[in-house]
Amino acid sequence: MLDKMILGRYVPVDSTIHKMDPRSKLLLVFLFVCIIFLANNLISYGLIGLFTLILLMLSKIPIRFLYNGLKPILFLIIFTFVLHILFTKEGEVVFNFGWLEIYDGGLRQGLFISLRFTFLILVTSLLTLTTNPISITDGMETLLHPFKKWKLPVHELSLMMSIALRFIPTLMEETDKIMKAQMARGVDFSSGPLKERIKAIVPLLVPLFVSAFKRAEELAIAMEARGYRGGEGRTKYRQLKWQTVDTLLMLSLVVLTILLVLLRS
Amino acid sequence: MGKKLVSLENIAFKYEGQSRHAVDHVSFDIYEGEWLAIVGHNGSGKSTLAKLLNGLQFPQAGTILVNGKELTEETVWEARSKIGMVFQNPDNQFVGATVQDDVAFGLENAGIPLPEMVQRVQNALNKVKMESFLNQEPHHLSGGQKQRVAIAGVLALQPDLIILDEATSMLDPRGREEVLETVRELKEENLLTVISITHDLEEAAKADRMIVMNEGKLYRQGIPTDIFQMEGELIELGLDIPFSVKLSKELKERGIGLIKSHLTEEELVRELCELHSKM
Repeated sequence: MLDKMILGRYVPVDSTIHKMDPRSKLLLVFLFVCIIFLANNLISYGLIGLFTLILLMLSKIPIRFLYNGLKPILFLIIFTFVLHILFTKEGEVVFNFGWLEIYDGGLRQGLFISLRFTFLILVTSLLTLTTNPISITDGMETLLHPFKKWKLPVHELSLMMSIALRFIPTLMEETDKIMKAQMARGVDFSSGPLKERIKAIVPLLVPLFVSAFKRAEELAIAMEARGYRGGEGRTKYRQLKWQTVDTLLMLSLVVLTILLVLLRS
Repeated sequence: MGKKLVSLENIAFKYEGQSRHAVDHVSFDIYEGEWLAIVGHNGSGKSTLAKLLNGLQFPQAGTILVNGKELTEETVWEARSKIGMVFQNPDNQFVGATVQDDVAFGLENAGIPLPEMVQRVQNALNKVKMESFLNQEPHHLSGGQKQRVAIAGVLALQPDLIILDEATSMLDPRGREEVLETVRELKEENLLTVISITHDLEEAAKADRMIVMNEGKLYRQGIPTDIFQMEGELIELGLDIPFSVKLSKELKERGIGLIKSHLTEEELVRELCELHSKM
């Protein structure tokens, strides 16, 4: 039940985007976040919108998953839109109602900013929706590899991440078990005032932490027994494959960037 | 008996801040191709012994020889490549995200090139009959299956010796049988040497040789039949003897004409049937 909250983001569908190399997807998201700031008029926003739409179509992700990703941020989008309408006083007045004056500049600004938000969220959530967490970890490790020169512990970070991901279901199961054990002893997690409910979580967290530390220690011993001694001289079992699709998508991103530079006003 | 694989000479080890030795001047040898069971109640030093054998701890006195080479900080990685270990908790030794990643973990550490790694992972999983679970995540596996994956992870490294450190104690009876059967088959096929550290005497009864530990000292070593003769003493040490041994002894005391002592239920049933047909 709880693990759906964190891991349920990944939607396993058979699509072009799913089959792509996690490295290219990570790069895509990173570059997309940068170039979206190039857009400043209707055509350039339209172009980015079109690009986003094509990506979404290629991913075959059902719309409700995308909407779920957007939901928490919806309030922020509407809030900025309203804020711009009320307080950006540029261009001509398009609407006048007593003290309320709406300028076309404000309308445009508000629209653009909310579109920018929407596109950003859609594309970044596309990454987590189409890539399983372990592949993201693998992709990050290879992409960050050059930073090893500056003493960034890339291998350790990615190992930490993959172990953390591997233990989420295990710890969730344990939480569930402890929760039931405490409920059997009369702890009430689901009703009462907020203060009481927060207090009820303490007897849940303490045993969970104790056991997590114990697990960590045992895992460390098991890893050492299997010859783990850091990233030096290690080979990798998981291999990433850069395919034609990845190159094509990167190229399309370059084209998009050039078009944006040309079309922006 | 084959040649000596590991020998312990006068090993002593004390945990920091404790007055009593966890392992108190213990000496014994482990021979190639045997199944050695080390039994003892909690705190008898049997698990510490396992950690010493694998260089996870170093003794304060005495020497451990692995293949004739002394186990020290310098030779520990070499020794670890020859000695595989399976631990008690199936969850806490599963490193990889999926079954195949976990089996590959040890190989990655050893720097094995990819084509060979794929081969070895496949082979190891075939041997423990888990080849159809390649991409399964650990939380979808039973305890017995996880332990079999752990064994595959050890096997892939082609060790000479496998130490099972209470590897079956957290499993249900079916998982336990599954794991022991796997180890038994592997031992026959590969001439693998097995040390099983356990407090399950039914499991120990099937070993070639047994060592009884008590309060850090080596209390007795010998073949299971001999060890189980000292019934009362074992119970005093906090160990319970197998049901079949108890039953056969009781039956003998009641004048049923049994001759052998019986380590397993099958042996007892067989002799009882033979006896019955003679009547």
